[in-house]
Amino acid sequence: MTAPRDKFGRPIVVVTGMGVVTSLGAGKADNWAKLTAGESGIRTVTRFPIDGLKTTMAGTVDFVTVDPSSSTGLTERIAEIATEEALQQSGIGRKGEFPGPLFLAVAPVEVEWPQRLELGRAVGKPEFNYHDMLLISGGGKFAAYHRRFMFGSVAGYLAETFGTKGSPISLSTACASGATAIQLGVEAIRRGESDAALCVATDGSVNPEALVRFSLLSALSTQNDPPQAASKPFSKNRDGFVMAEGAGALVLESYEAAVARGAPILGVVAGCGELTDSFHRTRSSPDGKPIIGCVRKTLADAGMTSEQVDYINAHGTATPENDKMEYLAISTVFGERATQIPVSSNKSMVGHTISAAGAVEAIFSLLTLEHQRIPPTINYDIPDPAIPFDVVPNKARDARVTAVMSNSFGFGGQNASLILTREPI
Amino acid sequence: MTEPKEAWITGIGIVSSLGEGLDAHWDALNARRINIDEKRFAPYIVHPLAPVSFDVQIPKKGDQRQMEAWQRIGTYAAGLALDSAGVKGNQEILGRMDMIVAAGGGERDLAVDEAILNANAQGNSAPSFLNERLMNDLRPTLFLAQLSNLLAGNIAIVHGVSGTSRTFMGEEAASIDAARISLARIASGQSDIVLVGAAHNGERLDLLVLYEFGDFNLTDKFAPVWARDKNSGFALGSAGVFLVIESKAHAQARGAKPYARLTNVVADLAQRKRPGAVTKSLEALWPKLGALADNGNLITGATGVEPVTSEERAFLKQHPGYAVRATGTAFGHTLETQFPLGLALAALSISRGALFPANDPTGLEVETSEPPTQIVVLGTGHWQGEGMALVEAIS
Repeated sequence: MTAPRDKFGRPIVVVTGMGVVTSLGAGKADNWAKLTAGESGIRTVTRFPIDGLKTTMAGTVDFVTVDPSSSTGLTERIAEIATEEALQQSGIGRKGEFPGPLFLAVAPVEVEWPQRLELGRAVGKPEFNYHDMLLISGGGKFAAYHRRFMFGSVAGYLAETFGTKGSPISLSTACASGATAIQLGVEAIRRGESDAALCVATDGSVNPEALVRFSLLSALSTQNDPPQAASKPFSKNRDGFVMAEGAGALVLESYEAAVARGAPILGVVAGCGELTDSFHRTRSSPDGKPIIGCVRKTLADAGMTSEQVDYINAHGTATPENDKMEYLAISTVFGERATQIPVSSNKSMVGHTISAAGAVEAIFSLLTLEHQRIPPTINYDIPDPAIPFDVVPNKARDARVTAVMSNSFGFGGQNASLILTREPI
Repeated sequence: MTEPKEAWITGIGIVSSLGEGLDAHWDALNARRINIDEKRFAPYIVHPLAPVSFDVQIPKKGDQRQMEAWQRIGTYAAGLALDSAGVKGNQEILGRMDMIVAAGGGERDLAVDEAILNANAQGNSAPSFLNERLMNDLRPTLFLAQLSNLLAGNIAIVHGVSGTSRTFMGEEAASIDAARISLARIASGQSDIVLVGAAHNGERLDLLVLYEFGDFNLTDKFAPVWARDKNSGFALGSAGVFLVIESKAHAQARGAKPYARLTNVVADLAQRKRPGAVTKSLEALWPKLGALADNGNLITGATGVEPVTSEERAFLKQHPGYAVRATGTAFGHTLETQFPLGLALAALSISRGALFPANDPTGLEVETSEPPTQIVVLGTGHWQGEGMALVEAIS
């Protein structure tokens, strides 16, 4: 029997349920099978016209549809699917009664083009401005769009559906959002506020303007053909990330509460860390100090040394900048081991699920611990000599894995890392 | 578990339709000044931002150009808060300062939208049209001015607040939770010092449209919040408010002077389909705040929209001894900024030894001459979420 508290005297936080949706499919079983088979979920976009776009592929979740169609609606639905799976596995609470708070990582919400165009057409004049649209927006005709395009709408829906307690928190730390949602849950349990927390991260925002926005920042791969080969983390010919959709849900519990109710213990969130980069809005500080600091803070929070980590689930976006900086950080902290420790990027297969990535990849990290098998980095044909990671190229590998570091680095100087272990340390 | 650590409010930054800084706001509140613009978006009424020289807090024009108005307002207010706390430029503290920002986002390029919408209305619906217009017409950096977490990002870049950075979203509730989590982290020792706040640009047609979908906007004739029963609605207000909150020990160690103590923050999400749910939720939160006086003070961000304002009024009627002040009358509805504004005005009132005067023809707000030692801050979202804080004098 392990003590229910960690070496710092805090309650140990374990994961008792997980659910995941990505472009590879719905559910852990399907995702894990495809992930370890090196399959890509990236495809040419069919949801809307791609004429005139520089990037025409994405990791869309096309097997889920919502009516009326909207990115926020899809974001909400895939979160719900992932949460149902996580709750079923965990067996916590009762249907519609989750005994703890909700922390939701979600993409920023705004009115979308189909609805904006509908509003414009409703003005009924060939020439008009925003003020004309404002004058016809009221009266109830578009009432549903108010709720749909409130930032708190997805969290409100999930809180009501699953009966989470208290005020649900919606958050964004850009590409680190999923990790932040988990971190907030860990902190709440460590403070003793709750024995359980529901941490969900979701992003269904592949739409024309979202693609254009990232395109204009030159962040996306333009290697559209074949789409499956576009995402090339750590390769010399990588040229950007691939936008993708997905959702991950984790039930966190104190070890004590989980053991007391005989819950399945899927892993431990041993440490969380975050550190802001104030260098630039989209670029990392060239010395890598904030990322290095983030990795070190995470090790310190877990009370571990880098030698105890035996797999790194990389942020690995496949942008020229990110992958280089990630190597700089890992090699600084891990020293010689940086070239020996396996470092793979799930994004080579599922793309970058942005707000969801931190949670989706935490789940894949926990599955790596469960199956003792490391998913590969696919599309790795031309190694970048400046990044001599063992990227687990192209084929999954069986390995003894006891502790995984999962990294998330995002726009706005957002850095967050997690350390996940199979057993309490 | 160790005893919860006391949290002090040691820095306040406010910029709004009434001006900038603590003195300007104190004077304006005491003069019952209200700044509204009824013409620009007529018949919709807004509280426009007072003239502000952004250069003072955001010296690089390049930084200003990378932001839309809501980010400039917030970055400016954050700078005021850091100045007020005496930590501006203190790299040792800023480098480990935690930050929680409550943010909206999505500020549109109206001209680009209008051109696309007009072309569409005139029959140009070729599949490539929207893509091509967006590719050609959107400014590449506009996205960064729209991203919710880039207010925090800009505060990090401009002011060097670079410990941790979290952005909460979800309208009014986002900032209640930002304050709640900030306090919980300080109380438990997870954090020593936090910058927490929000910013809102109320002078946005795209936001007026969004709220008009739900018929929430105040039109035609301005009235104080409690006097809108025949013409309900909120008048959007521009404002940025940030607070520096730190543990008592941290504040004392650096010799910081506190405005007030943040004793507690509680929040919930009533299921509003049931009439009376908000009244009930507020009643349930009230005893969780701590030991409250029978005759206390309460600053609310009541919006003036229905039915939630009536539900809040029903709650307030159960506490008739309280001197109530609604910030919505003077500041308009500032969404994510609603709750930090209440906290700021509570801390300011305590530090000045007086509650600012009532501004309400209905008589719900009553005058008081007692120096406040406790002020309850109340926030109810216009469509979901509600919470309260207890701000107290440090004896």
